Amino acid sequence: MPVFKGHLLSVIVFLPLFWALMGLLIPGGGREGKKVLQVWAFLGSLLTFVLSLLIYFIYLPKGPAFQFSETFDWLPSIGITYTLGLDGITLSLVLLTTFLMPLAILSSFKSIESRVREYYFLLLALETGMLGAFVALDLFLFYVFWEAMLIPMYFLIGVWGGKERIYAASKFFLYTLVGSLLMLVAIFYLSYQYKIQFGHYSTLITDLYSLKLMGGNTLMATQNILFLAFAFAFAIKVPLFPFHTWLPDAHVQAPTAGSVILAAVMLKMGGYGFIRFAFPLFPQAVSYFQNFFMTLGAIAIIYGAWIATVQPDIKKLVAYSSVSHMGYVILGLFSLNEIGVTGSIYQMLSHGISTGALFLLVGMIYDRRHTREISAFGGLAKVMPYFTIAMMIVTLSSIALPGTNGFIGEFLILLGAWKVSPFLTVIGTLGVVFGAVYMLWMFQRVMLGPIRHLENEKLKDLTFREAVVLLPLVMSIFVMGIFPSLIMDKMEFSIDRFLHQSSSDWANLHLQASHPDSMIKKGN
Amino acid sequence: MIAFIPIFPFIGFLINGLWYAFGQAPSKRHKASSDVTGGIATFFIFLSFLVSLVSFIQLFSMEGDHRILQESVFRWMTVGSFKVDFAFCLDSLSSLFTLVITGVGTLIHIYSIGYMKHDSTPGRFFAYLNLFCFAMLILVMGSSLPLLFMGWEGVGLCSYLLIGYWYTDLEKAQAGKKAFIVNRIGDFGFLLGMFLVFGQFGTLEFDALQAAVHHQGATLEPGIVTAICLLLFVGCMGKSAQIPLYVWLPDAMAGPTPVSALIHAATMVTSGVYLIARLNVLYSFSPVALQVVACVGAFTAFFAAMIAVAQKDIKKILAYSTVSQLGYMFLGCGVGAYTAGVFHVITHAFFKALLFLGAGSVIHGMHEEQDIWKMGGLRSKMPQTFLTVGVGWLAICGVPPFSGFFSKDEILWQAFHSIHGSTFLWAMGAITAVLTAFYMTRLFSLTFLGAPRFDKTGEGHGDRSVHESPFVMVFPLQILAFFSLVAGFMGVPHWSWLEHWLEPVIPLHEGFSVGEGSSMEWVLMLISVLGAGMGIAVALKAYRDLEFIQRLGKRFRLLVKLLENKWYIDEIYEAIFVQPIRKISEILWKKIDILGVDWIVLRFGKISMKTGAAVRMIQTGSIQTYALALLIGLAVATGYLFYASF
Repeated sequence: MPVFKGHLLSVIVFLPLFWALMGLLIPGGGREGKKVLQVWAFLGSLLTFVLSLLIYFIYLPKGPAFQFSETFDWLPSIGITYTLGLDGITLSLVLLTTFLMPLAILSSFKSIESRVREYYFLLLALETGMLGAFVALDLFLFYVFWEAMLIPMYFLIGVWGGKERIYAASKFFLYTLVGSLLMLVAIFYLSYQYKIQFGHYSTLITDLYSLKLMGGNTLMATQNILFLAFAFAFAIKVPLFPFHTWLPDAHVQAPTAGSVILAAVMLKMGGYGFIRFAFPLFPQAVSYFQNFFMTLGAIAIIYGAWIATVQPDIKKLVAYSSVSHMGYVILGLFSLNEIGVTGSIYQMLSHGISTGALFLLVGMIYDRRHTREISAFGGLAKVMPYFTIAMMIVTLSSIALPGTNGFIGEFLILLGAWKVSPFLTVIGTLGVVFGAVYMLWMFQRVMLGPIRHLENEKLKDLTFREAVVLLPLVMSIFVMGIFPSLIMDKMEFSIDRFLHQSSSDWANLHLQASHPDSMIKKGN
Repeated sequence: MIAFIPIFPFIGFLINGLWYAFGQAPSKRHKASSDVTGGIATFFIFLSFLVSLVSFIQLFSMEGDHRILQESVFRWMTVGSFKVDFAFCLDSLSSLFTLVITGVGTLIHIYSIGYMKHDSTPGRFFAYLNLFCFAMLILVMGSSLPLLFMGWEGVGLCSYLLIGYWYTDLEKAQAGKKAFIVNRIGDFGFLLGMFLVFGQFGTLEFDALQAAVHHQGATLEPGIVTAICLLLFVGCMGKSAQIPLYVWLPDAMAGPTPVSALIHAATMVTSGVYLIARLNVLYSFSPVALQVVACVGAFTAFFAAMIAVAQKDIKKILAYSTVSQLGYMFLGCGVGAYTAGVFHVITHAFFKALLFLGAGSVIHGMHEEQDIWKMGGLRSKMPQTFLTVGVGWLAICGVPPFSGFFSKDEILWQAFHSIHGSTFLWAMGAITAVLTAFYMTRLFSLTFLGAPRFDKTGEGHGDRSVHESPFVMVFPLQILAFFSLVAGFMGVPHWSWLEHWLEPVIPLHEGFSVGEGSSMEWVLMLISVLGAGMGIAVALKAYRDLEFIQRLGKRFRLLVKLLENKWYIDEIYEAIFVQPIRKISEILWKKIDILGVDWIVLRFGKISMKTGAAVRMIQTGSIQTYALALLIGLAVATGYLFYASF
C-alpha cells in the first residue's frame, strides 16, 4: 500500500496514456470495434476518476503543503527532476479533470464516426497532459506537460472540427505556443539564478520559491519582467482580454468533447499557472501589476458579456461567456485576499462544470440539427422537456443564481475584490446583470415561444446516454452551490499558504524560504 | 422545528417536480389532474402554515426581548473571517411574514386547484408554486443577508418561471425575462450594498450587524450608511417595483392569475419592505436615505395610480394599483414608520390577493376576457365574486372600518407627523388615496355594475355561458374577504397591538410616540375618509354614463393616450439603454474583436510565417517536446501496424 500511495499521482497521470496505448492494440474495426473502443476509453477515464476520488478522501487538509509527492532526478546536470505533488488547490482541479473526462468521452459516442481509434487515443493522451501539468512541481516538467497538452488538442480540433478547423487549430496552437516560449526562457533564467544563489541548477518549484529576485516599481525590475513572461503564457490560456481571440474560433470549430475539455479544464491551466508559479515566485511583481490585471479582468467581464449578447451562434455565445467568467477569476486572484482567491478557484471549478455542461447541451442539439444558429431554433421546450430542464439549470448556474455553484464563486470574488478596488468591483458586478441578459435571451430564443421551424417539431428529447452525461453535472451544480465546504475545506490551508507566499512582505517570505524541506514531505 | 416551515413546501416541490419530470413531461399519456397535484402542493404549504402558527404561538408566549427562535441547519460558506450558515431565525417580524406567506399561500393554492383545472400541465404549475413559497420563506427567515439574497433571487426565479408559464406564447416568455433582468439591475445594487456592509461591519449576519451598528454608534460615518441604505434600496426598487424599476410588474401579469395574487401582490413584491424593516436600525441612521425612500415611495404611489386610471385590462389595473400601494409602504418606511409599512404589507396582502383572485374568478367566468370594457353587470351572474370583491374594493379605497383604512391612514398620519415626514409627502399620499378610490371604483363599476356589455362585443361567449366560479375558488375569496374586513383592527391607532408586537425588532423612536393624541390626527383622518368617499362617488356617477366618459376621453385625448401607453416609459428605456448597448456590443465584436485584436494577432502570425515560422511551429526548442512527439508518433505508428495486421 505505501508503494502504491507513494506513486499514486504517477499512476493517475499516466493511466490514461497507458490505457490509450493499450487501446491502440485492440483489434477490429466496423461498428463492433467502434463500440469496444468507446467503452474501453470510457472505462479508462472512469478508473482514473475513481483513483482521484481516492486522493480526495486520503488528502489531509491540514497536512504538509504538498502531499502524495514523489521525486527522482531526470536530468541532474541541469537540475531537472521529475517531481509530482498535490495540494488542496491542485486536488480540486485534478478532480474536475477526471470528473469531466468520462462525461466528455461518453458524449462523443454518437457524434464521432470517423477515426474513432485515434480520437479516443488523443482524448486520453490529453488527459495525461492536463493531469501532469496540474501535479508537476518541477517547472520544466510542468512546461513539458503544458506543451504536450497542445498536441492532442491541435489534432482534435484539426481533424474532427467544423468547417474552419484547420484555421482554428493552427491559431490555437500558435497562440498558445508563442505565449509559452517566453515562459521557457524565464524558466531557464530562474534555474540559472538558482545556481548563482544556491550553487546548483534547479527547476524544482519549492526550491525556486526561496529565490531572491529584484523587485521594484519599474517595469524593468527582474521580478516584473519574469512575471510578465509567465503571465503572458497564462493570460493567453485563461484567456484574458485582449488575448482571447483564439478562444471563439477554437471553441466553435472543436468537436463537442474538445470544447468541453478546452473550456472546462484547459482554461483553468492559466489560472492555475498564476497560482502555483507566477504569484509565489514574484510576489512583488504581483503587487506591482495588481491594478493592471484587475482592470483587465473587470474589462473582460463586461467585454465578454456584451459581445456574447450579440452572437448569432450559440457556441460562440458560450465561448464569449467564458471570457466574461474567466475575467472574474483574474479579478479575484489579483485581489490577493482569502475571500477573493477562494472565490476565484471556486469560480474556475464551477465554470468548468457549467460551461462544460453548456457545450455538451449545444453539442446535443447540433447532433440533431447540424446547426448552431440561434435563429434556427425556438420553442424547443415543447418537444424536448428533459433537455429544457437541464438547459434551464445550467443557465441558472451560468448566471450565478444563489443555490447553484456559480453564485459562490462570483459572490466571493466580488466580496474580496471590493476590499481592494470598489470601483472595479462595481464594474465586475455589472457583469451579473449582463450575464442574465445574454443567457436568458439565448434561452428564450432557443427554448421558448412557438416552434418556428418545421424541422424542430420532430426533435427527439435526450437519449438515455445523454441524460447520463448531464445528470452528474446538474447534480454537482447544486451540490457545489449548497455544500461548498466539501471542496473549500480541502483548499483552505493551501490557500492560506499561497497567500502567505504571494504577499510581497519579504520577512515572511524569508521565513518560508529558510525551511525548504518543510515544503515537501514524502507521502503524509 | 422552524426549519420545517421552508422545508415542507420544498418537499412538495420535489414530489410534484419529480413526478412531473419523470412521469408526465416526456410522455403525454399520463396527465395528472390539478386535483391531485394541487392537493399535494396545498397539503405541504398547509403543513408549513401549521408550523408557522405553532411557532407564532410559541413566540407569543415569550417575553418581548427574548422573542426569537433560531436554528442553524448547516454550514454554507466559510472563508477565513467570512462565515455564512444556513441558519433560520424567526422573530416577531418574520413570524408575521411567514404567517401571511403560508396562510395566504394556502388559500391561493386551494384556489389554483380550480383555476388550473383546464391547464395541460398543472404538475409543473404547482411545483413552481411550492418552490416559490420555499424561496420566499428562506427570504424572510434567513438570518443573514446572503441567505436573504438567496431567497430574494429564488423568488425572482420562480417569478420568471411562472410569468412565462405559458412559454409557447413569446410575449409571455419575454415578460418573464424582462422581470428577471430588471430585478437583476436591482440586485446589482443589493450586491454592492452587501459588499459595503461587509467592508464596514465585517459581517453579514443580522444579529452581528445590529450589534456592530450599535457598537460603532456615533462614530459611524453617515456617508457610508447612506450609501449602504441607498444601494440596498436599489434592490428594493427592483423587487418591489418602485420607480424607476417598476416596469416589469405590469408585464408580469402575463402569468396565471393566482401567481399574480401570490407573487405579484401578496408576498414577493413586499420583500423590499421586509428588507428595510429588517434593517431599520441601519436606515434610522441615515435621514438622507430615509428621505429618498419616502420620496420614491410617494412619487411611485402617485405615478402608478395615474396610469391605473386609464388602463383597460383588469389585471393591469390591479398591477399598477399594486405598484402604487407598494409606494405607500415605502412612504411609511421612509418616514421612519416601519411598523406602518409592515402593517400595510399585511392588510394589502389580504385585500390585494382578494382582488386578484376575484379578478381571476371574473376572467375564469368570462372565458379569459380581461378587458373591463367588455364586462359589466356581473353582480347577478357572479354574486359571490361580486360580494367578496366588493369587500376588497372598499378595503383598498380606505373606507372604515375595512382593513385598508387603518393601515393607509397610519402611513398618511406618520407622513405628516413624523420628524422625517412633511406636508408635501402627506399631500402626495392623500391625493393618491383619492385617485385610488377613483380607479378602483371605476374597475368595480365597469365589471360588476351597470348593464352587461359582453353580448355586444360579438366575440362569442353568450350571456349564458358566463358563470360563477366553483366553490374551491370562491371559498378562498370568502376567507380573504373576512380578513380584509377585520385585519385592520390589529393596528387601531393608539391601541396598536402590532406596534407592541414588533417592538423588539422595530424599536419605537421618539417622534413616533403613540401616547399623545393630536386633534390634527382626527382632522387628517376625516380628510382622507372624505377624499376616499369623493373618489368613489365621482367614479360611481361618472361610470354610470359611459357616453359621457367617452366624450371626456376625446377631449383629453393626449393625456389619455399618454396614460394608456404608460408614459412611454418602456419605449424610453428601450431607446436609452437597450438599443445603445446592443449597438455598442456589435461594434465591439465586429470592429474591435475581429478587426482589431484578431487582426493584429493574425498579422503577427503572417509576418512570422513569411520569415520561416512555418518551421518554428514544430521547433519549440524543448527536447522533451520532441521526445514526446516522437513517442506519440511511435505509438501511433505501432498501433497502426498492429491494427493493419489484424
